[in-house]
Amino acid sequence: MTTYLVQNASILGGDPTDLLIADGVVKEIGGDLSADGAETVDATGLVALPGLVDLHTHLREPGREDAETVESGTRAAALGGFTAVHAMANTEPVADTAGVVEQVWRLGREAGHCDVYPVGAVTVGLAGERLAELGAMADSAARVRVFSDDGRCVSDAVLMRRALEYVKAFDGVVAQHAQEPRLTEGAQMNEGELSGRLGLAGWPAVAEEAIIARDCLLAAHVGSRLHVCHVSTAGSVEIVRWAKAKGWDVTAEACPHHLLLTDELAATYDPIYKVNPPLRTAADAEALRAGLADGTIDIVATDHAPHPHEDKDCEWAAAAFGMLGLETALSIVQETMVDPGLLDWAGVADRMSYTPARIGRVADHGRPIDVGEPANVVLYDPSARRTVEASESASLSRNTPYAGMELPGRVVATFLRGRATVLDGKLA
Amino acid sequence: MKRHLLSAADLSRDDAELVLTTAEELRSLADRPIKKLPALRGRTVVNLFFEDSTRTRISFEAAAKRLSADVINFAAKGSSLSKGESLKDTALTLEAMGADAVVVRHSASGAPHRLAHSGWVRSSVVNAGDGTHEHPTQALLDAFTMWRHLGPKSGGSLDGRRVAIVGDVLHSRVARSNALLLRTLGAEVTLVSPPTLLPVGIESWPVETSYDLDAVLPKADAVMMLRVQRERMHGGFFPTAREYSRRYGLDGRRMALLQDHTIVMHPGPMVRGMEITADVADSDRSVIVEQVTNGVAVRMAVLYLLLGGSQPAVSTEGLPE
Repeated sequence: MTTYLVQNASILGGDPTDLLIADGVVKEIGGDLSADGAETVDATGLVALPGLVDLHTHLREPGREDAETVESGTRAAALGGFTAVHAMANTEPVADTAGVVEQVWRLGREAGHCDVYPVGAVTVGLAGERLAELGAMADSAARVRVFSDDGRCVSDAVLMRRALEYVKAFDGVVAQHAQEPRLTEGAQMNEGELSGRLGLAGWPAVAEEAIIARDCLLAAHVGSRLHVCHVSTAGSVEIVRWAKAKGWDVTAEACPHHLLLTDELAATYDPIYKVNPPLRTAADAEALRAGLADGTIDIVATDHAPHPHEDKDCEWAAAAFGMLGLETALSIVQETMVDPGLLDWAGVADRMSYTPARIGRVADHGRPIDVGEPANVVLYDPSARRTVEASESASLSRNTPYAGMELPGRVVATFLRGRATVLDGKLA
Repeated sequence: MKRHLLSAADLSRDDAELVLTTAEELRSLADRPIKKLPALRGRTVVNLFFEDSTRTRISFEAAAKRLSADVINFAAKGSSLSKGESLKDTALTLEAMGADAVVVRHSASGAPHRLAHSGWVRSSVVNAGDGTHEHPTQALLDAFTMWRHLGPKSGGSLDGRRVAIVGDVLHSRVARSNALLLRTLGAEVTLVSPPTLLPVGIESWPVETSYDLDAVLPKADAVMMLRVQRERMHGGFFPTAREYSRRYGLDGRRMALLQDHTIVMHPGPMVRGMEITADVADSDRSVIVEQVTNGVAVRMAVLYLLLGGSQPAVSTEGLPE
C-alpha cells in the first residue's frame, strides 16, 4: 500500500502541518515529516477535512442503471470528497430485504471508491402498509442502521410509531421524508405567490411541518430517535429547534440546493430545478443556513438524485423530481456557510462528517484527523474557482442545477482508509 | 411584439392595443362574402393540441386559413405525461416540417414556454392554453369584446372600467391571463370566488378579490363567468354544486343588480344551471356568442403580427368596399 506524505495541510483550517498516511491510518502529524518511499502530496493552501459522509444518496442500482450505478455514483462521491455514502432504498426492487441491501453493500465494496451503507426501507415496497424486515437488514452483512421510505412519507401515524419503536432493538433510526401526501397531491413546486402565478400545483410548507411536528411527538412518546430528511422550510427549522429544546433525540438534515437555490428558478419552467421537497423562498433558505450554523440542523446531506436526460428534457409536470449533488456539495457549503462566516472548517467537519457518521452509526468514518485514526481524509482547495460543467460529472446523469454557475473550491484529494481515491482532482 | 405569445404579461400596452386595432380591421372581413386575405400565403401554422379543445382549435384554424396560411392540425392526445411521444420529439418533427408558427395547447403549465425556450423549435410559439397557467388569446378576445362594447364610451380605452371575473380562479388559465391583460389595459379587475378557489398569494396580484358576488355586481361594467369543471365538484372545493350556484352562480335575480350597460361574458363551454342560468346566457346582455366571432379576429391579428410584420393587415386598395 502506498504511503502518502501530505505536506503543509491545514487541518480544519488550522496552521499548516504534515500528515503521514500509511497502513490505512494517520501515522504521524507534525512539521517537516519525512518518510522513505512515500509519495509526496503538496497540500499548501489546502484544508484537510475528515472524509465526508453523506446520509442521503440515491445510487439507483439495482433497477435504474441508466441513471446511476453504485460504481458511477461512488465515483462522483469520491470526487466530491466523500468516503462514505448511505444509499437510499427506493431502488427497483426496493431495498426492503436483507438480500437487496447486501447486494448494494457488496457492489459498493467491489467499486471501492467509497464505503456504501445501504438504507433499508421502512415498509415493504415503500408502500406504507406494513413494516419491512428491519431486523433482518440490521443483522445482514450490510449492518443497516438507517431506515427510510425516502421518496415517500411514512404517513400512517401508527406505522410510524411502530417503526420508531421497533428500531430501538438494534439502535436504528427512522429517516423520515416529511410530506403529508393529501396536502401534496400533484404538487409541483413550493406553494406561494409564484406557484399561483405559474399555474403549478403548490407543495405547501405545512405539508412538511405537520409531519415533522407529529414525528417529533411520536419519537418523544416512544423514546426513540428520529432523523428528518431534507428540511426545507423556516417553519420546519423552528419545529426541530423546539423538539431539541425539549431534549428529544431528533436530528435533521439540509440539502445544499435548499441552502443556495430558491423557488424563483421555477419561473423558467426548466425542470432541472424540480426537486422534492421543492426549492423554497429566500427566507426559507436563510433560516436553513441559520439553523445549520447554530446546530438546529445537524448535518448537510446531498439527496443526490440522478435522472436520465429524457426525464428532465420535457415539460415541468412530466419531469422527475431530483438533482445531482455529490460533486458540488462541499463547494455550496463553502459558498453559503463558510464564506459568509456562518461556519468554520471545524463546523463543516462536524456537519458533513462527524455528525452524519454518528447518526448513521458508522464506526470508521467521521473520526477526527488524529494519529492512529483511520485515514479518511479529504484535501480541499477553498481558493479555487470553477464553472460547473454538467458534461464533466462522474455521475451517469447530467441533471445538475448548477451548470454554468461559478462555485468556490475544489476537492484535490480523497483518501479512503489510507488509499487515494482521488488525486489532483481526478480519480486515482 | 415579442416573437412568442406565451403569457399576457408578454404584451405591453402598445402591443395589446395594436392587437385590438388590428383585430378590429380584420373583423370587418367576417361581414364580407369572401372572408380571406393573402397576408400569410406560403406560411405554415401548426395547431399542436395535446388536450381536447375543439373550440379553440377551430378558432385558430379559421384564423390561419382566412389569412391564407397552410394549416396543419396535430392532435397528439396523450403527451409524454401518458408515455406517448414526448413534447420534444413532437416539436422536432414539426420543426422538420417547416412550421412558421406553432399554436400549442397542453395540459402541463409552462409547456409552451418550454417549447419556445429549449431550442427545440425556431418558429413562433402561441400559447393556446397551458394547464392552469395562461390562455393569452382568450384574454385578448375578451378584452376586444369589452373594448367594442365599453370602449367608445370611455374614449376608446378600458381605463377605469370594472371587470368582475367570477368562479374557479385557482384552476383558471383564463382568469390569470385576463387579470394580467386587463390591468395592462387600465381596467380594474375583481376576482370573485369562494376562498378555496383562489390561489395562495393572490394578494400580490394586481386585482381586488371578493367572496361576495352580490356586492360586486352593481359596480361592474363587465361580468365574466368562469366554467366550473366537473372534477372540481368532487374535489372538496365547495360542498355541493347547488350551494356553489346559490353563492356564485349568475341567475336572473343577480342579473337585475347589474347596470344597464353591463355585459355578461363566458369563455365557454358553459355549464348551464351551474355557474350561469339559461335566461342569463341567452339574454341581451350576453355577448358569449360574439366572443366566439371575436376570437377568430383576435387570433388572426396575433398570427399576422407574429408572422406578418409591419404592413397593415388589410390593404385598403386590394379590397372591395
